[in-house]
Amino acid sequence: MSRERPPLPDGLVAFVKRDCPTCELVAPVLAQVAAQQGVTVYTQDDPAFPAGLSPEDDTSLERSWHWEIESVPTLLRVRQGAETARLEGWQRQEWEAFTGASGLGPDLPDWRPGCGSLSVDPSLEAALRVRFSGSKLHARRVEVASLEDEMEALFARGWTDGLPVVPPTESRVLSMLEGTTRDPQEVVAVVAPDLVPCTVEKVAINAVLAGCKPEYLPVVLAAVEAVCTDAFNIHGVLATTMGVGPIIVVNGPIRRALGMNSGINVLGQGNRANASIGRALQLVIRNVGGGRPGEVDRATYGNPGKLGFCFAEDEEASPWEPLSVSLGAAPGTNTVTVFAGEGPRNILDQLAREPEPLCRSMAACLGSVHHPKIVMGMDCMLVVGPEHARIFREAGWSRQQVIERIRELTARRGAELMRGADEMAEGLPLPEEARDAMLPKFREGIPLLVHAGGGAGLFSAIIGGWLTGAEGSLPVVQEIAA
Amino acid sequence: MSESRILLDPTSERQPGNRPRAPRLATVSGKTIGLLDISKPRGDIFLDTLEAGLTERGATVVRYRKPTFAKPAPVDLRHEIATQCDAVVEALAD
Repeated sequence: MSRERPPLPDGLVAFVKRDCPTCELVAPVLAQVAAQQGVTVYTQDDPAFPAGLSPEDDTSLERSWHWEIESVPTLLRVRQGAETARLEGWQRQEWEAFTGASGLGPDLPDWRPGCGSLSVDPSLEAALRVRFSGSKLHARRVEVASLEDEMEALFARGWTDGLPVVPPTESRVLSMLEGTTRDPQEVVAVVAPDLVPCTVEKVAINAVLAGCKPEYLPVVLAAVEAVCTDAFNIHGVLATTMGVGPIIVVNGPIRRALGMNSGINVLGQGNRANASIGRALQLVIRNVGGGRPGEVDRATYGNPGKLGFCFAEDEEASPWEPLSVSLGAAPGTNTVTVFAGEGPRNILDQLAREPEPLCRSMAACLGSVHHPKIVMGMDCMLVVGPEHARIFREAGWSRQQVIERIRELTARRGAELMRGADEMAEGLPLPEEARDAMLPKFREGIPLLVHAGGGAGLFSAIIGGWLTGAEGSLPVVQEIAA
Repeated sequence: MSESRILLDPTSERQPGNRPRAPRLATVSGKTIGLLDISKPRGDIFLDTLEAGLTERGATVVRYRKPTFAKPAPVDLRHEIATQCDAVVEALAD
């Protein structure tokens, strides 16, 4: 509701329109009420209706819209500028009780429903919302020339990631903001690399560009907050020559409410929520933060997930607690977990039926993340497919057991990791006395396990990470606020 | 003009302040030159070579180092360099 609501006079107030048979029907009743105690009548379509009652002109629908009139006739009781009671349609006894009058409309039927208010007419609603609440939007208005192709204009301004975007009209952005209870001017985060304080409104504009529905907006807001932390370090993730980008894993009931995909083709295309939420985050970084390829984004290769990489965990069929809970979130809460990662790569093991050989296969593949001789520097996410997860479930292996066994199996002797070992120049600058030390590939708690994927396939997927720790990027869990 | 021809700007709406470049040095002789190591492997090799060359040409060299190459230089470090040096060379390496 707008803060600048136009006032209504104290006393009895009625909203009507001529194009409503019930309003026509009650016009004589309004005359009766006017004679007894006075009534201010606002008319939505014909300023001369109802005749003889000196109606107030609301053909602009300004009062109808601001006072949220949904049907006509509507009676309001106003005291000291505030509504104290409301009655819709025609029902004799209710009208008599409401007005305190008796003998109203003796020739009328007892009851007639009202008609829709023009202020909620679907053909007018969007324009009215822009007219009456557009002032809450602070972003610069950009006019597209009449001969300019709108989609081309968006490319020309550099606002897209290379694919077409949805034009962010005032109407669409206002609709998008309906998806959150947060104030449009609230600052969500300071976005790198330009270190720009980013408002809810700016996130909403970019969510429109990305193709989000309003109900996705809280997830996008949480993702923006999560990556703009010192722990996640989006500046470094953006600027690095390595091909990583922010990956969003969604947990909690909101996954189902939004129809997110955690099943077949989970890391691929085809689901609007998955695709557009990830894309909206990247567009915020691009447009608000100023993070563009070839400028601060110096990635040698990048990866296709930098268009947007977001998916949901399959919690229902998972053998384990959700990823978010394993990282400290309360069970049942809606969260995003952001992780700086590469594109995914498949692990094939179709013969293992026990956890041990499966862990060995996984470890063999995970050992090559970035380079077999580079250890402890990078994190990793392991997306465990349902058919692999079943093997762990049937054997009763916890999330922690799987992680620990993989960490044991990926540890290598110092001698194998030294520079020059295996005739590879690449490696660690280890002292001679470290030859027999067993060095883990990953730090504690890594790989992060996520249960997702669908249908058949004895597969899991590796998503290699980036520089870990305080010097690089750490996974961040952020609760999704309404 | 229909409402749909009006779009909302999705950017920061910042006009980047045109900060003029510091005047280029005509000579390094007698000047203080900062060498900023961004903490990448072997950056020191590159900077050691530069330092030798600059010293030979009469410059005073001051060495600096970022805590990590993965994050921007801390504002205090940038300020320190700006106030102590006539010019700075930032070294990437690998």
